[in-house]
Amino acid sequence: MTTNVMIVGVGGQGSLLASKLLGHVALSKGLDVKVSEVHGMSQRGGSVVTYVRFGDKVYSPIIDKGEADYVISFELLEAARQMPFLKPGGQVVVNSQQIDPMPVITGAMTYPEGLIDKMKASGANVDAFDALSIAREAGSIKAANIVLMARFSKYFKDITEEEWLASLEACVPAKFLELNKKAFELGRNA
Amino acid sequence: MNYIMKELMLGNKAFARGLYEAGTSVASSYPGTPSTEVTEELAKYDEVYCEWAPNEKVALEVAFGASLAGKRSFCAMKHVGLNVAADPLYTISYTGVNAGLIICVADDPGMHSSQNEQDSRHHAIASKVPMLEPSDSSEALEYAKLAYQISEEYDTPVIMKMCTRVAHSQSIVETSERVVPDVKPYEKNIAKYVMMPGFAKKRHPFVEERTKKLIEYADTAPINRIEWGDKKLGIICSSTCYQYAKEVYGDSASILKLGMTNPLPVKKIKDFANEVDKLIVLEELDPIIEDHCKALGIELTGKDVLPMIDEFSQSLIAEKLGLEAKETCTPIDNLPNRPPVMCAGCPHRGMFYTLTKNKVTVLGDIGCYTLGAVAPLNAIEMTACMGASVSSIHGFNKALGKDSEGRTVAVIGDSTFMHSGMTGLANIAYNQSNSTVIILDNSITGMTGHQQNPTTGYNIKGDPAGKIDLEALCRAMGYNRVTVVDPYDLEQCDKVVKEELAADEPSVIISRRPCALLKYVKHNPPLKVNPDKCKSCKACMKIGCPALSFKDGKAFVDSTQCVGCDVCSQLCRFDAFEKGGVN
Repeated sequence: MTTNVMIVGVGGQGSLLASKLLGHVALSKGLDVKVSEVHGMSQRGGSVVTYVRFGDKVYSPIIDKGEADYVISFELLEAARQMPFLKPGGQVVVNSQQIDPMPVITGAMTYPEGLIDKMKASGANVDAFDALSIAREAGSIKAANIVLMARFSKYFKDITEEEWLASLEACVPAKFLELNKKAFELGRNA
Repeated sequence: MNYIMKELMLGNKAFARGLYEAGTSVASSYPGTPSTEVTEELAKYDEVYCEWAPNEKVALEVAFGASLAGKRSFCAMKHVGLNVAADPLYTISYTGVNAGLIICVADDPGMHSSQNEQDSRHHAIASKVPMLEPSDSSEALEYAKLAYQISEEYDTPVIMKMCTRVAHSQSIVETSERVVPDVKPYEKNIAKYVMMPGFAKKRHPFVEERTKKLIEYADTAPINRIEWGDKKLGIICSSTCYQYAKEVYGDSASILKLGMTNPLPVKKIKDFANEVDKLIVLEELDPIIEDHCKALGIELTGKDVLPMIDEFSQSLIAEKLGLEAKETCTPIDNLPNRPPVMCAGCPHRGMFYTLTKNKVTVLGDIGCYTLGAVAPLNAIEMTACMGASVSSIHGFNKALGKDSEGRTVAVIGDSTFMHSGMTGLANIAYNQSNSTVIILDNSITGMTGHQQNPTTGYNIKGDPAGKIDLEALCRAMGYNRVTVVDPYDLEQCDKVVKEELAADEPSVIISRRPCALLKYVKHNPPLKVNPDKCKSCKACMKIGCPALSFKDGKAFVDSTQCVGCDVCSQLCRFDAFEKGGVN
């Protein structure tokens, strides 16, 4: 069995660290892991998607239509966009923040309303919460990525909090470790 | 006994690790997505000399020089970079090498970050240089070592082809220690290294003979391996298509996985085809393996059902080959898309606003600033390849004369200018068109993720280095009008653009301000909007800043994004923008 996790958001929100953490945890459990990222132009404020796959043996580095078990999203609209990739009944863990994309900024379109209900109607389980406020409480809004991963970590009963924190220690530069640990603990217990 | 460690590693980083372990001594590259991290990671090993060259042709020639001198060398580029380096490539194929020489080329099927979708295998075939294609990080590491062995044994440069999904995917690798081979003493040998006609005529037969030997190697090489499964279906594939094939078919098909895609094996392919009932060739972009098989008289399914456009995936392969699609959650209709945009505080924004306001035709170039082409700035009207803005404006103005001079500009970034803009600028100075060139100097190579270049004063390790003075360079070419402006100052930009377009001689404007994402750039506190003063005129929305939106009928600043560049407030006639937004 392969577990497929998509980590999505807007370029610059810190999805690379989130995927690094999840990849590290899976590797430490002795699983085969593949992580696929997007670099370059799409990072400039566009939609970004990172795929993390782990299991006994993983071949493809990407997650395709109807294959995702989880969508972790830094932003509401970006979560809604991934419905075609989510398995029916799959889990969405989403930061309820809204960031206007350029078509909304220019007034060509409006930011859609009721996205959480729309995702539920589409067949997803949705866990939406305000990761930004928790990150601010931990000391920096930049730690929202770790808050989100902490919330997501609760869905894995066989990975302990200590194992997550050990991987966090391995993935985060020492000077930001305390902040990120605090963000993880607040996120996990929120 | 080597110390072996298992870790999760990016394809490009694993490639760099393989180069390090294989004893690479000199590396010279030009950044380009998705190849950039190979050289960035290699530069972290102090034992390897690494540099950013001004362009790929220079990089390959530097690497060739190091190979000639007797040390293993390397250079990396994206697919379009190999076009720039094609000149040395095609002749280094003739000279061969002294110590091993690897050229990394990273293709970008799907154009995640590229201007075209060309298939680099054509260059390998045309230059008669062997090409290896890893399918994951572990192979990227191992093939780096193998590529040096092939290079030295067959006296040839070797191309290692990466693609976005191998370069930018992490998978598990085992690392070991670095082994540096002995230096191969340089020996003068003009018949091998001086490619004038008399000598080149004698090297060409060597190249053809070498290809024959490489085909024999391809027929026996373990990296061209057969994984027998059910023989009702046989699949020939390489690179990431191998991973998709395994994902879709598992053991329910037999697979010939090609680790070497130039030259292609002959006997191995024939034998494989004979053993299976039906044959499919899975390859992204052009039908190169397919055409090779067809020339051998083998019947197969390939581009008759599979596309030549875009990258593949497991569901695309399943769909095209008639397998059942997976169930999904229902798509939500009419969601606004989110294209990449210029960042909040991007110094290019002020210049593009000025150009659009003055209704100037803008010929553009390759970099983050290409994003100035889209709404609401709508500034750039042409982007083709590195340096084309500067060369093309000369042609544009020569064609139209007074009808386009004075209302047309070229814009090019500092790194792109050093790469291929200088020669175009020399042409304008020499053949005298009344052209205005704007160098968008953000003091870094931006889009590829902040690499130093000859104008920044720092090298790949961030240590102080030579620094080319753009103003002095332009003046030395004969430009009398060279003006530096701050793109955060809209009034100054407008004045200078008007002046230089009006001038009756060629001119250069250097629009200078460091990229807002650079770590050393200090940001001002975010702005906020006083809703009582905002008259909802939307003048500020013309600059397309992602930190600005309209909420409840008034302009609103997202304080998490705003860097206080003040460009929006210069557009506001009602002083609605105030300092002191909350971050």
